[in-house]
Amino acid sequence: MQVPAPFEYARAGNVAEAIGLLERLGSSAKLVAGGHSLLPMMKLRLANFEYLIDINDLHGELGYITVASDQIRIGAMTRHRELLESAPLLAAFPIFRDAEHVIADPVVRNRGTLGGSLCQADPSEDLSAVCTTLDASCVIQGSGGQRVVSMAEFHRGPYETAVGDDELLIEIRLPLRAGGSSAYEKVERRAGDWAVVSCGAALWMDGGTIAEARVGLAAVGPNTTGIPAIGELLRGKAPSDELFREAGALASSSCSPVTDLRGTEEYKRHLAGELTRRTLSTCVARIKQGV
Amino acid sequence: MQVSMTVNGAPVTEEIEGRMLLVHFLRDQLRLTGTHWGCDTSNCGTCVVWMDGEPVKSCTVLAAMAGGREVRTVEGLEQDGVLDPVQQGFMECHGLQCGFCTPGMIMTARALLDRNPDPSDGEIREAISGQICRCTGYTTIVRSVKWAAAYEAAQVTS
Amino acid sequence: MTAVEDRPAGFVDNDQKPVGYGRMLRKEDPRFIRGMGRYVDDINLPGMLHLAILRSPVAHARIISIDTRAAEAHPKVKAVVTGAILAEKGLAWMPTLSNDVQAVLATDKVRFQGQEVAFVVAEDRYAARDALELIEVEYDILDPVMDVRKALEPGAPLIRDDLEGKKDNHCFDWETGDAAATEAVFAKADVVVSEDIVYPRVHPAPMETCGCVADFERVEGKLTLWTTSQAPHAHRTVYALVSGLPEHKIRVIAPDIGGGFGNKVPIYPGYVCAIVASLVIGKPVKWTEDRSENLVSTGFARDYIMRGEIAATKDGKILAIRTNVLADHGAFNGTAAPIKYPAGFFGVFTGSYDLEAAYCKMTAVYTNKAPGGVAYACSFRITEAVYLVERIVDCLAYQLDMDPAELRLKNFIQPDQFPYTSKTGWVYDSGDYEPAMRLAMDMIGYDELRKEQAEKRAKGELMGIGISFFTEAVGAGPRKDMDILGLGMADGSELRIHPTGKAVLRVSCMSQGQGHETTYAQIVAEEIGIPPADIQVVNGDTDNTPFGLGTYGSRSTPVSGAAAALVARKVRDKAQIIASGMLEVSVADLEWDKGSFHVKGDPSKSVTIQAIAMRAHGAGDLPEGIEGGLEAQICYNPSNLTYPFGAYICVVDVDPGTAQVKVRRFVAVDDCGTRINPMIIEGQVHGGLTDGVGMALMEMISFDEDGNCLSGSLMDYLIPTALEVPEWETGYTVTPSPHHPIGAKGVGESATVGSPPCVVNAVMDALKPFKVRHADMPLTPSRVWEAMQGRTRPPI
Repeated sequence: MQVPAPFEYARAGNVAEAIGLLERLGSSAKLVAGGHSLLPMMKLRLANFEYLIDINDLHGELGYITVASDQIRIGAMTRHRELLESAPLLAAFPIFRDAEHVIADPVVRNRGTLGGSLCQADPSEDLSAVCTTLDASCVIQGSGGQRVVSMAEFHRGPYETAVGDDELLIEIRLPLRAGGSSAYEKVERRAGDWAVVSCGAALWMDGGTIAEARVGLAAVGPNTTGIPAIGELLRGKAPSDELFREAGALASSSCSPVTDLRGTEEYKRHLAGELTRRTLSTCVARIKQGV
Repeated sequence: MQVSMTVNGAPVTEEIEGRMLLVHFLRDQLRLTGTHWGCDTSNCGTCVVWMDGEPVKSCTVLAAMAGGREVRTVEGLEQDGVLDPVQQGFMECHGLQCGFCTPGMIMTARALLDRNPDPSDGEIREAISGQICRCTGYTTIVRSVKWAAAYEAAQVTS
Repeated sequence: MTAVEDRPAGFVDNDQKPVGYGRMLRKEDPRFIRGMGRYVDDINLPGMLHLAILRSPVAHARIISIDTRAAEAHPKVKAVVTGAILAEKGLAWMPTLSNDVQAVLATDKVRFQGQEVAFVVAEDRYAARDALELIEVEYDILDPVMDVRKALEPGAPLIRDDLEGKKDNHCFDWETGDAAATEAVFAKADVVVSEDIVYPRVHPAPMETCGCVADFERVEGKLTLWTTSQAPHAHRTVYALVSGLPEHKIRVIAPDIGGGFGNKVPIYPGYVCAIVASLVIGKPVKWTEDRSENLVSTGFARDYIMRGEIAATKDGKILAIRTNVLADHGAFNGTAAPIKYPAGFFGVFTGSYDLEAAYCKMTAVYTNKAPGGVAYACSFRITEAVYLVERIVDCLAYQLDMDPAELRLKNFIQPDQFPYTSKTGWVYDSGDYEPAMRLAMDMIGYDELRKEQAEKRAKGELMGIGISFFTEAVGAGPRKDMDILGLGMADGSELRIHPTGKAVLRVSCMSQGQGHETTYAQIVAEEIGIPPADIQVVNGDTDNTPFGLGTYGSRSTPVSGAAAALVARKVRDKAQIIASGMLEVSVADLEWDKGSFHVKGDPSKSVTIQAIAMRAHGAGDLPEGIEGGLEAQICYNPSNLTYPFGAYICVVDVDPGTAQVKVRRFVAVDDCGTRINPMIIEGQVHGGLTDGVGMALMEMISFDEDGNCLSGSLMDYLIPTALEVPEWETGYTVTPSPHHPIGAKGVGESATVGSPPCVVNAVMDALKPFKVRHADMPLTPSRVWEAMQGRTRPPI
């Protein structure tokens, strides 16, 4: 089996310690949480670091899901399985149930964290698409204090984020508003594979019309893609198959997939549309069912 | 660096490199070769062990990350000469052929039954979906886990 | 035969085992479920060093220079070896199993990405890996030949300039059947259907990668090699020929093997490197492949581009099949097949049908890809043959608008035609095809499914029903026709009964999970009446087993299984003579009653086999001319292959919006003749069915045009998980082999051979509304969707 190049291992006991280590070690250090993206890359020697800072002991501090009236706050060390098992989170955002069942596999989900997923910034990563869909904001902490950035600001390109070398993503905030639901669909070649295309949708109704709608697509561009034009198209209109087909067409034409082993560009554009249509329809159905 | 953890109930302390993977620590350092490895990328699941009671892929955990934690491997399942019902189920239902994925499958199945004593076929399949078996085609693994579940249910009622 | 009922659920006393055939729990399982199996990488010898291999990052390049100084300076490194160093010892090249040569370490050029360039031996596996980073190789990059269709074009880069006088990338030509007769039949046929059918390059990818521990003991001059080998005896002979070590000073031990599927038949450079390292350094040396090495450099499978043609009458009588094949053999011809069969047993492409004529023309070429070609449970290329015939028959059904089950039933070889000589010269030993087909149709509810499909089609839903019917040819082979590197494909077997009536059977074949310790114990138990629990089966150690060619091509039961039965009969014959002395009657007056002889007409006068064993070793005289002891050894040379067959039907649902394929049900009816342990047979079938779903829907080794392998990890080489396959449904018929001592046929590869066309046929059936007649594997969602848009591109 392949093995990583030599590095020094350090363990942070709390957020302050982690930031202290990052400040001291600079860009030669990398944080490891679940490790399921980072360690394989290090084993294949696609990534090498002098120091690895283990932040799993921060789970006590940053492993939480807190529901307030206007938002849900999730600690960055919250593990996939904890997201999947959080009744209040799933009640507010069923998209997490949909997504978490198709992310990697259950054993990986025991270790992988929300923060780690977002910081990996893989364009195919599912929770990034979920957070884009839900208009999440990310709380980044450094020694100078905290700052809050939107998902659009957080991801700066494939595998690049707004988190500085001496900073730590500590929390994700999801705004809550009534009258909505959410859904996620992923097409993959096989369970556990990265998405060919995946799509999240969140939609809020006001009486018979759509008050707000958001879509987040993965694997169809350099970052997970939210398409604001879809919200503009849908707002104020009554949901219908035809309207969602139109939204799908907008998704197909607005994304920028490339042909690879997972599929042709044409197919991915088709999927962007098809999954947009499906997830929006699921949102409406869920609102009607009260879930 | 030095690392200390509990493996199958016994404390161990060893000198290791920071980069040593838990699977190599178990296999090469502690000579617990029941845990296998089959890929470089956390896809095959032959390396599954428990860390603090949860199945993890030990090829993607540093031995240092297991420091202070409780690790359990397939060698720790049999208690006082009595097989775990999951182990027995795999024999009864032909849930293995070459035996290479078997320890990982058994560890995951045991954890599943601890949380869900009566899983459906679908739940069993999802639980083992991060682990590849090239021999059995999975049907007999599903049967094996169900055999263990039924056996344990019968034990409880009797 | 003793048929044993399925054991009821619950703990059952392990002594309650059948004596003979029937479902029996496996004797090897108690160690595996405890994590007590012993695989090659589990072996840890005192002072053992670790070997790692530097591989070529490019597909085709001339090596300008290799600088190993920095690696040698690494404090934990014991040796760094390049091709130049091996060349000094005459070890830079080794023979392949197809009489080609393959570089152990590249000397002149690298010819595929992942080819072995140098190796490092170090104190631990981490240091060995680190030292690889310190080796500097300068390459002069050459254009690679990646498109097999262009390999023979004038001006194509020459790959094998190591071969004297070689001017092109031609590997071999091969043909079978009668071209003129076939052409005549095609000319008169009402209907001719032609289709280009690709069987892409796939990989067996056993969960345990390849590896070895080489331990050369200087005082005795003896090399012990623990290795992932499906054929330990053949490997020993090859090592003797390559290394110059005398064969009796080489002991090859295959311990527990974590799956083989043909991947562990060839000899890989890594084994040779480890042997050389141990010879030079005088310490044990371990080499274990990582997964990338396994996928990019070891024996791949398939890679056939086939033009299939079928001729028929308008009412569906199949007259002839013709095919033209372009075979990609990679950079070295590493095919592991009987030497007179360069295309393996592809000649059985006439399938299960009674034809008037058949013809195949094949051209094999070299490309800048890894060597291999026969692996992944292919029964020596029968996977390709069955895929071709079962796909082209379905294309004919499409063209005639005829039900594919009906078309097959109309064309089967009939029971009274066996033994049946096919138009390509294969003598099918026995078969009764229609009952198997009818059973599969009944089990799955064929007529109901067709009704459901019609209803669904009316609603725009895509449901497909796929059928394949295969005949295999396994159990290589008669040694007059079949050898590997001059080693005849016969199998030895030795049985000893100890004084207390316990036994040890030594076989030449090698389990990789098939359950030999159980099956062979049952075969001997059936013949000699000793319970399987009392029979130890030894395999995988050349010092302790008789010579034989190993386990692949589903040959263990047809060849070694026959050897086990016959050696037991030989022992029983001797036991009968001893019994006649004990009971003081003539041999002819004794009757055998599984486990004891009794005097005809007086069952009270009897002796058990255990008593006979003690007598054979005990005090007192034995009948005249009988030596003491109760043991025998034989070498079984099969008179023919065995021809197992099966009928497979599956149901798929295709999502019309996303084009994802879900295999809903799969019924497999297999006929492998006499059934020894139904539980093990079922397991073999289940595994092969999963392979078939994998190949049909997701597995493929891909390359880009620069020669990079794009499938070098299990992230990109996709193998089915429990979520992609249904609960398998199996059935069986029993048509014994007339020439096999116990009537058994091989079954290990039947399902891998039979299932890919079944799944593809089902998907094509689902896509019928889109007028898709054929699309190539792997049928990923994208490829299915493209087919629905009328764009069916070959995968290579």
